[in-house]
Amino acid sequence: MSTVPRRNMLSGVLLGVGVAGFVDETVFHQLLHWHHFYDKSTPAMGLISDGLFHAGSWFCTVGALFLVADLRRRAAFRATPWWGGLLLGAGAFQLYDGTVQHKLLGLHQIRYHVELAPYDWTWNVIAVVLIVAGAVLLVRFRRAAVSTAS
Amino acid sequence: MPGLFGVALLTAAVLYVAAAGTVRRRGRWWPPGCTTLWLGGLATAAVALTGPLAREAHHDFTAHMAGHLLLGMTAPLLLVLAAPVTLALRALPARQARGLSRILRSLPVRVLTHPVTAGVLNAGGLWVLYTTGVYREMGQHPWLHVLVHVHVAATGYLFTAAIIGVDPAPHRPGPRTRAAVLIAFLAAHAILAKHLYAHPPAGVPAAGGRTGAELMYYGGDLADVALIVVFCLQWYRSTDPRRRSAAGPRIPAHRLPGRPWRLPEEARTGAE
Repeated sequence: MSTVPRRNMLSGVLLGVGVAGFVDETVFHQLLHWHHFYDKSTPAMGLISDGLFHAGSWFCTVGALFLVADLRRRAAFRATPWWGGLLLGAGAFQLYDGTVQHKLLGLHQIRYHVELAPYDWTWNVIAVVLIVAGAVLLVRFRRAAVSTAS
Repeated sequence: MPGLFGVALLTAAVLYVAAAGTVRRRGRWWPPGCTTLWLGGLATAAVALTGPLAREAHHDFTAHMAGHLLLGMTAPLLLVLAAPVTLALRALPARQARGLSRILRSLPVRVLTHPVTAGVLNAGGLWVLYTTGVYREMGQHPWLHVLVHVHVAATGYLFTAAIIGVDPAPHRPGPRTRAAVLIAFLAAHAILAKHLYAHPPAGVPAAGGRTGAELMYYGGDLADVALIVVFCLQWYRSTDPRRRSAAGPRIPAHRLPGRPWRLPEEARTGAE
């Protein structure tokens, strides 16, 4: 991919990661109170991962929006790779959160005092659906770009 | 103690306003916006160091944390954007100004103002303060109380200046390094906050430790977002395609040879 679609995709991926982190924080921590701020069993590695992603997702959100503004002032904004990147980024963060952070590192669980399996499955299946949707958009954009170029 | 801090803050306010006056008397311009930022920053520090919040902070960890966020993050953001070094360089007589810029270029200052050094001093100081007995000792020794607060304010300023400073910084690393250090610092802040949630500093009751830690985490977020927005805004302005084509070479402004430092945006548009 040339620079322009790649920058659009990058901006989308960053915003996807940022939005997924933001939804996780507002919806699951603050509104539903399903996630806990701190789980007594959280190992140090979980806290480090959480801290890095917490800081990173803020940076991603703000940085991605400025990237969009930059693309627009250069009249280089392309919606398809941007949306593809966004879905891909959101799905990847969700999958990382649902597998590595919740399960492997034991940061905290999705919800407490319930049968976890359906929650974990829903969480991670949504993540995979987002990733696939993003990948489909990106592949379609690429095919269209190749066919118009040739 | 509040008296000592009060005198220091008042002196800083008087010096800045007098320097701005000197610059104006010489027929040059100094943006009132910068003066407002400086006075706002000092007022923010004053809220943290004197008055009811400071009194409350002696026995309440949450109040202490609110003070820390104001003194170590919010006040530095305002003070750094007020470009005090640029003002000093303009207000001082030529000889002293040259001396100051020599000091700014010296090796110790270069090392001290590097984002990594500043970040380690800032975050490291907080880890030492809250995870060792320093926090408890601070309540018993006035000199330690002063030292801790000076350290928090000074390293807060140093770090903010290293990331988004508008003052002369001829050897400042590029935006990638600064972004990476900023993320690492914000992460260290968030990790410390969660750690304190479960392990409050010695002498702090568990419940107070939890509210204080949550304030540190989410209050820190607010200050962080402001810092990130300013950082991105500076990147956005410096990569303006129109300005770059007009300026010629594709070198970031802070690396242009022969122009070792930049004035704040407001200062430039007003002066020229």
